[in-house]
Amino acid sequence: MTVEVSIPTILRTYTKDAKTVPASGATLKELISDLEANYPGIADRLVDEAGLRRFVNVYLNDEDVRFLGGLDTELSDGDNVTILPAVAGGAGLVAGRAEPPADRLSDRH
Amino acid sequence: MLEIDQALIDAMIAHARRDHPDEACGVIAGPAGSDRPERFIPMVNAARSPTFYEFDSMDLLKLYREMDSRDEDPVVVYHSHTATEAYPSRTDISYASEPNAHYLLVSTREPDTQEVRSFRIVDGVVTEEEVTIIPTLTQ
Repeated sequence: MTVEVSIPTILRTYTKDAKTVPASGATLKELISDLEANYPGIADRLVDEAGLRRFVNVYLNDEDVRFLGGLDTELSDGDNVTILPAVAGGAGLVAGRAEPPADRLSDRH
Repeated sequence: MLEIDQALIDAMIAHARRDHPDEACGVIAGPAGSDRPERFIPMVNAARSPTFYEFDSMDLLKLYREMDSRDEDPVVVYHSHTATEAYPSRTDISYASEPNAHYLLVSTREPDTQEVRSFRIVDGVVTEEEVTIIPTLTQ
């Protein structure tokens, strides 16, 4: 199963500036393992123990994988996978409110 | 430093005032590699919140596909703070993921005062930068 994966600017440090890379896998989970094998460190930016990170959007063709099968989403030859960091933020901290999520896509490990 | 047309600043402030007390958000795209904001793209705040903003995930995909096909970058990513100063919050810093973008913040806490500031946010480090507003030419 060969799939074309579109990489966002912030993760191109892993792909030597490539905007798209080929990868393979029968599911999104396998695809991410394959990406990790070629671009070590990239998987940690996409997933944690709970699954896809909150601030990462992954699309299979034109659909958000959160509305498909998440990491178990099945892939077919010729599919396109697009990774985009969420564009989000906000004043957040207002007296008495909970802290915002601490993890982020731009974290260095 | 960010150089930006007055008309784009005006459009952003108008959007922020319109959506107040919720936060407003959007992008100003420009030719790839130019660092020149040109195309104003107001986005819907899917969170519809006075303390949080988020682009809807399908809107986000459409936006990035469109910029890609027009060979554009998100030169400016803007949003408003509606009760606090125009300075990146911890939430803003934790989500910032466009290392080449100018993060433009507008505060709408004072109805009669314009408060617009620009920042780079890279690897969790915030650097304020000067904003040079270019008067819009009228024919």
